[in-house]
Amino acid sequence: MLEHTDPSQVQLTKDGELKHFITTEYLSREVLTEILDTADSFVDLGAKQVKKVPLLRGKTVVNLFFEASTRTLSTFELAAKRLSADVLNLNISTSSTSKGETLKDTLMTLHAMHSDMFVVRHSSSGAAHFIAEHVTPDVAVINAGDGRHAHPTQAMLDMLTIRQAKGAFEPLSVAIVGDILHSRVARSQIHALRTLGVEDIRVIAPNTLLPRHIESLGVKVYTNMQQGIKDVDVVMMLRLQKERMNSALLPSESEFYKLYGLTMDKLALAKPDAVVMHPGPINRGVEIASSVADCDRSLILDQVTNGIAVRMAVMSMAVSGQTKSRSNNNGTEV
Amino acid sequence: MNILIKNGRLIDPANKIDSITDLYISNGHIASINTAPEGFVADQLIDASDKIVCPGLIDICAHAREPGPSQKGSIKTESMAAVAGGITTMITPPTTNPIIDTPAVAKLIKDRCTEAGKLTIHPMGALTKALEGEQLAPMHALASSGCIAFTNSRNAIANSLVLTRCLEYAATHDFLVVFQAQDAALAQGGCMHDDSTCTRLGLNGIPESAETVEVARCLLLTEQTGVRAHFGQLSCERSVRMIAEAQERGLPVTADVSIQNLLLTDENVNGFNNNFHLIPPLRSQLDRAGLIQGLISGTIQAICSDHQPHERAAKEAPFADTEPGMIGLETLLSLSLWLVEQEMLDLPQLIEKLTLAPAAILGLDAGNLAIGRKADICIFDPKAEWRLTPETSYSRGKNTPFMGHQLKGKVTNTLHNGQVVYSAN
Repeated sequence: MLEHTDPSQVQLTKDGELKHFITTEYLSREVLTEILDTADSFVDLGAKQVKKVPLLRGKTVVNLFFEASTRTLSTFELAAKRLSADVLNLNISTSSTSKGETLKDTLMTLHAMHSDMFVVRHSSSGAAHFIAEHVTPDVAVINAGDGRHAHPTQAMLDMLTIRQAKGAFEPLSVAIVGDILHSRVARSQIHALRTLGVEDIRVIAPNTLLPRHIESLGVKVYTNMQQGIKDVDVVMMLRLQKERMNSALLPSESEFYKLYGLTMDKLALAKPDAVVMHPGPINRGVEIASSVADCDRSLILDQVTNGIAVRMAVMSMAVSGQTKSRSNNNGTEV
Repeated sequence: MNILIKNGRLIDPANKIDSITDLYISNGHIASINTAPEGFVADQLIDASDKIVCPGLIDICAHAREPGPSQKGSIKTESMAAVAGGITTMITPPTTNPIIDTPAVAKLIKDRCTEAGKLTIHPMGALTKALEGEQLAPMHALASSGCIAFTNSRNAIANSLVLTRCLEYAATHDFLVVFQAQDAALAQGGCMHDDSTCTRLGLNGIPESAETVEVARCLLLTEQTGVRAHFGQLSCERSVRMIAEAQERGLPVTADVSIQNLLLTDENVNGFNNNFHLIPPLRSQLDRAGLIQGLISGTIQAICSDHQPHERAAKEAPFADTEPGMIGLETLLSLSLWLVEQEMLDLPQLIEKLTLAPAAILGLDAGNLAIGRKADICIFDPKAEWRLTPETSYSRGKNTPFMGHQLKGKVTNTLHNGQVVYSAN
């Protein structure tokens, strides 16, 4: 009856270039690969004496975190600084909203300060989409996590880490294990893996932690970890938040660990060269054994390093897309 | 005051009339059909050539927001929107602020309605005090002040014993109880149908069971207590089946559905369009088909707007943080005509579901154009195309996904008690 709004167009310019980065869904393999290639070029920068490039010189990046975060915020801050941007970090959960200001008003205020980019983390799914579509479409919006919907930079740093470790995506079997229901990371990983060509994507969790019809995203569902992890190349663990015990989703941490925690025994069922990833912060002894987290097949710290490079990549691409989009618009107006 | 409505296609399901004829109105009532009463001199002539003349529509669920937040709407503004949509009778839920759990609030609504002078409003009273599900509301006093039915709205009464007592008490006085079935725990925090679109968007889902579990409980207790019960705004195919089974067993239960649940599905939420944040949620294609089937078979008797106006700010936030609901008074008829266009219903059947059927559910003296009846009339051009725009719409709320959309079927005149209360330019 009503035509659907096309969600795929929000983050792209007319020429198909990234101008916001909201979700890994709807992006082409070319765009995702461009992000990875661009990130690759930034990876070595961190090891150099001078860690800066001038791509965002004179630009103002505002990190708007409506949810507490340490590692995501600090890697975004470092990424912006390494691109020579001016950076403002705002922890909104303790300022404006407690005074009753709406999200839109907060954004409009910052917009009036001539910001060039908003890096937004928010507890509501669709928050970054809302800002990019309805509030400040002319300011690059980078989604740093919205509710359970998406965490696209996390997914792309995971893709970069996988590519570094494994090369091609097509032959891989990848298992995502744990609290899929509440995980924006899992959703973004699934879309990115699918688009990059991974055929065998598995999710492993008890029914209480699986969203309805998750198989519609193109994954195979396993409730038994031993079966799900068998012969996979990559094991991506998810963080289990402690409050899940209180909401009758699980009986206890120890039962979860016994059934779904990644131990050396369970990892032995995967391919011999299988790698282990985790978005952090890790709960040792809840979803992952210390022996696994610290072993040489764990890529957890590589993920952190790659996080800065991936964020530099999407930030520089989005600013460039916005600039082109603006000059195109100006061109048509004249 | 004499009004002659000339040459219209009169559709009056109550009297099985469908013919091109003239309608004579005198002193607020239908004076004659086809032939002029003796000595009739028309003070006003309405040419209804190529138009449909039918009873004024009865909207079995619409929120007027008064008393309550005036930035969302008032009886005055929403009455105007209603008559622009051909609606002459509106049933409003008790979820006002303050809640309709005292006779004073019910009386205030009736008074404001009279002041507005556009249509008839019948408020529904609260089933329990403050809708808290603990103590019975003073139903008899509320009924005496104009409450036509009783409901606890979407605040399901958690304690089944309290619910049973409510139904027993309502049955004592033969009051109609309306269920807007939603299990509080199963729906908690949810903002859309729990299915693959919800999974992709990472929103909190409302499973069908949030409705069906409550429908099942209410049906069982309706049977036990013998109360007259009506189910409002169904969203699930399974609910329709359960109600059909109950009706087959002879239980006197009725049901309605909002036009949006007949037209849209959860897939519309794609792209986080806040105008699709509705409670009950838009559900699957299967549910939608089941609701349409229920409407055709007669399990569901009536269609309503479930009109819920909001101020702009209430819809300007990330999806789950917005307030649910859409406006619908001005579009109820046009959107419903789509069912005729798709040949799911014929025009007299559709009009019955918007007039006679809700009147019968509520026991109203309305929805009937027999001689001597109140002249509540809707005249519309079924072929006229138009667009609802923020500038031309009367409701204070502008929150509908159909804003700016091309619509077919336009109300041209609305009469209430024999007075013209709306005329399109």
